Amino acid sequence: MSMDMSQFTEAFLEESFEGLEHMETELLALNAGDEETLHTIFRAAHSIKGGAGTFGFSAISEFTHGMETLLDRMRNGQQETTPEIVNLLLRAVDVLRGQLQAARDGGEADPAEAAEVRALIEATLGDAAPDATPDALAPTVGGNVDGSGPENGPGDSDGTPRGWRIHFRPHADLLRTGNDPLRMFEVLEELGELTVHCDAEGLPATLEGYDPEASYLAWTLELRGDADRADIEEVFEWVEDECDLTIEPLETAGDSTGAHPPADPAPDGSGPESTPPGGEDSAAGAPARAASKPTESSSMRVNAAKIDALIDMVGELVITQSMLTDISEQMEEDPSRVEQQIERLRSGLAELERNTRELQESVMGIRMVPIAQVFNRFPRLVHDLSGQLGKQIDLQMEGELTEIDKTVLEHLGDPLVHLVRNAIDHGIEMPDERSAAGKDPTGRVTLEAYHRGGNVVIEIRDDGRGMNSDRILEKARAAGLLRPDQNPEPHEILQYIFEPGLSTADQVSDLSGRGVGMDVVKKNIRGLGGNIELHSEPGRGSRVTIRLPLTLSIMDGQLLKIHDETFVIPLIAIVESLQTEPENVKQAFGKLPLYRLRDEYIPVVDLAALFGQAEPSPMPDRALLVVAEADNQRVALRVDDLLGQQQVVIKTLETNFRRVPGTAGATILGDGQVALILDVAGIARMTSGRDTRAA
Amino acid sequence: MANDATQSIQDPATAGEDQYLTFILADEEYGVDILRVQEIKGWERPTPLPNTPDYIRGVINVRGMIVPIIDMRLRFGMEPLEYGPTTVVIMLRVISEDRERVMGIVVDAVSEVYSIGDDNLQPAPDFGTRIGIDFVRGLATVEEKMILVLDIDTLLGPGLIASEDAIQEGQSA
Repeated sequence: MSMDMSQFTEAFLEESFEGLEHMETELLALNAGDEETLHTIFRAAHSIKGGAGTFGFSAISEFTHGMETLLDRMRNGQQETTPEIVNLLLRAVDVLRGQLQAARDGGEADPAEAAEVRALIEATLGDAAPDATPDALAPTVGGNVDGSGPENGPGDSDGTPRGWRIHFRPHADLLRTGNDPLRMFEVLEELGELTVHCDAEGLPATLEGYDPEASYLAWTLELRGDADRADIEEVFEWVEDECDLTIEPLETAGDSTGAHPPADPAPDGSGPESTPPGGEDSAAGAPARAASKPTESSSMRVNAAKIDALIDMVGELVITQSMLTDISEQMEEDPSRVEQQIERLRSGLAELERNTRELQESVMGIRMVPIAQVFNRFPRLVHDLSGQLGKQIDLQMEGELTEIDKTVLEHLGDPLVHLVRNAIDHGIEMPDERSAAGKDPTGRVTLEAYHRGGNVVIEIRDDGRGMNSDRILEKARAAGLLRPDQNPEPHEILQYIFEPGLSTADQVSDLSGRGVGMDVVKKNIRGLGGNIELHSEPGRGSRVTIRLPLTLSIMDGQLLKIHDETFVIPLIAIVESLQTEPENVKQAFGKLPLYRLRDEYIPVVDLAALFGQAEPSPMPDRALLVVAEADNQRVALRVDDLLGQQQVVIKTLETNFRRVPGTAGATILGDGQVALILDVAGIARMTSGRDTRAA
Repeated sequence: MANDATQSIQDPATAGEDQYLTFILADEEYGVDILRVQEIKGWERPTPLPNTPDYIRGVINVRGMIVPIIDMRLRFGMEPLEYGPTTVVIMLRVISEDRERVMGIVVDAVSEVYSIGDDNLQPAPDFGTRIGIDFVRGLATVEEKMILVLDIDTLLGPGLIASEDAIQEGQSA
């Protein structure tokens, strides 16, 4: 019986994590009396409980059970939806997540926290029905239950059991008469919420004498809800004589936990098996843990429509290929008509090109996932933070469906969390401070994502107090980043916040002062090939803009020729290309060429010299310049020739070598040659860096 | 030929013996662990990399992979040789810092494959030159010829890769 359950366990865990995320999102959006949302949350809890029971994570299923009961009462209106309850449920979500992670990775969930949350839930459940006996903690509406059963009603406050426990032990012949327990359970499930426990003790120990057509199993079912006893009996009507069947109201069965091993605990948690979840978890969860992989799985969910589109395209590709084969055969057979065939060949190749491009786009599209996957964690974060800090915060999220490469997305979470934390911790003021400043006491933090050009832009905006540029200047000087006589523009001052060693918070709080600064954020964003900028207005708020490439592996490039070498420059970085006019070519310090473009002086870069591949050559009066911009800096590259534009596949130099400053990697051109991809921001830095070194 | 280290090449399993591919640099013979040799290619002009030492000739495309090419003569401070039809590039798997890189070395010509036992490897003497010798695994004598056996992980390892990296990093910060 050593069937490999690990794959199912994995699927269960994956689904449970998703379910938890759902619960969290819905909880945060939950308003009193919002029944639909409560139903959603309840269903998520319910499926986790069911799955956990099936896979033997009894601690999880027990823990979820309490949550489920609480949620059930909330949706029945027996428990008010208060912020405290929501917070409690959020804590419970965290505990569950911990338990699920422990189940996945091995390791221990925190049993103390679980026990505490569980106790709190139980206490809440107790409060809600203080006059109820443990037997009837959650009396349900309905009241149409057949009350004739002898087991019915002891101590019930309103005389209605909240469910039934059914012991069902089919006789050996049950299956032979064409009855299927599964179908009966399915009918039962329609009557209410059904928990099924199978008792496999009746199975023979060895295969000897095993009759495949006989029934050896027995079940204990718990049906919650206001089902009528008669309804249940009806389900078993056809098998009445072929099984041992007892139906009893829930909570009254004293033997519920003794005789039927894996039975659920009583909903009030007062059953004999309400041991601390941690202990139970380590025992019951152990085998499953060993089977599950200790690492996070790197699988991803892909919209089925994307796969279908891919299959269609491969189909077209196959057709095009056979067409081309056909053409080549005809050319061989009838050389006299080659002229005509060449025409067909051309259109065939054009078709192939289109197919290839579409296929490439679709394949890249598979890696694209909505940014919501990162944004989703923020409502919770904001909720927790505002509670902790006593600030009122309204989080707005826009453009959650903007798609971004999965790799980019995975590395985006931490920087964004940091930025949002910063906005809340340092940006948004306390409510009274806001009121005093004539602002809405509720601060607003906005997360927005959108596509612009080949980039994904993410903005984090707050309407808080803004950045104190004097303080940044002071700190930058203190950190030696600026000489005392340097007086940068206010906008430039703000960018110093991204330098290592700068934190402007007057008091380093628990939230942001974790030693991870904006410099790390910038480094991470840079590492993804992106840029980050900060704008701020004192008293009005701040805006951080992150620009990221759509994908890390393909980009539109402009091919250039410089000193007989072909380079690729990202099309997005190009501002314009121009022929110089002699009167606009200027010189600084006798060696630093500048070009006057409208009202701006732009440093001209002699790339071959900058790259140490040729002696610096004087700037001719007439030259071809490519003006490129990155990081708010413009440079003009002197190029010998502009070649074509094309999509290039970015290959990193780090695979076999290392990062090379001034380049953003390399690509392979149509002729098999390697061309370097220029990193405009890096070149701008090198240009200024070289000048200081040369001086 | 008493200490002739050449053993039957057909028998690489002989205990304590490794097979080495040897190459020629200015009539001297050098050996590298043959298990690290991925392929041998003819010379083709690489794409130069900015601000790298002259012995790093650039990068080439090896079946979609970008591979750096290092000129051994320049690396050892020898006279450069014009690249010609016999100039070859040996593609090596270099393992350092838990990573495997593929790099190509430019040599004058490829020579032989020898089995050399560990016993026949003498430690390298102190060359007393400016060339560090930590990348020399040892000296072997085969058919009265001296072979310098190289430790490519040291030779082409982090030291070579990281050169100037520190300067560049400081510059871009």
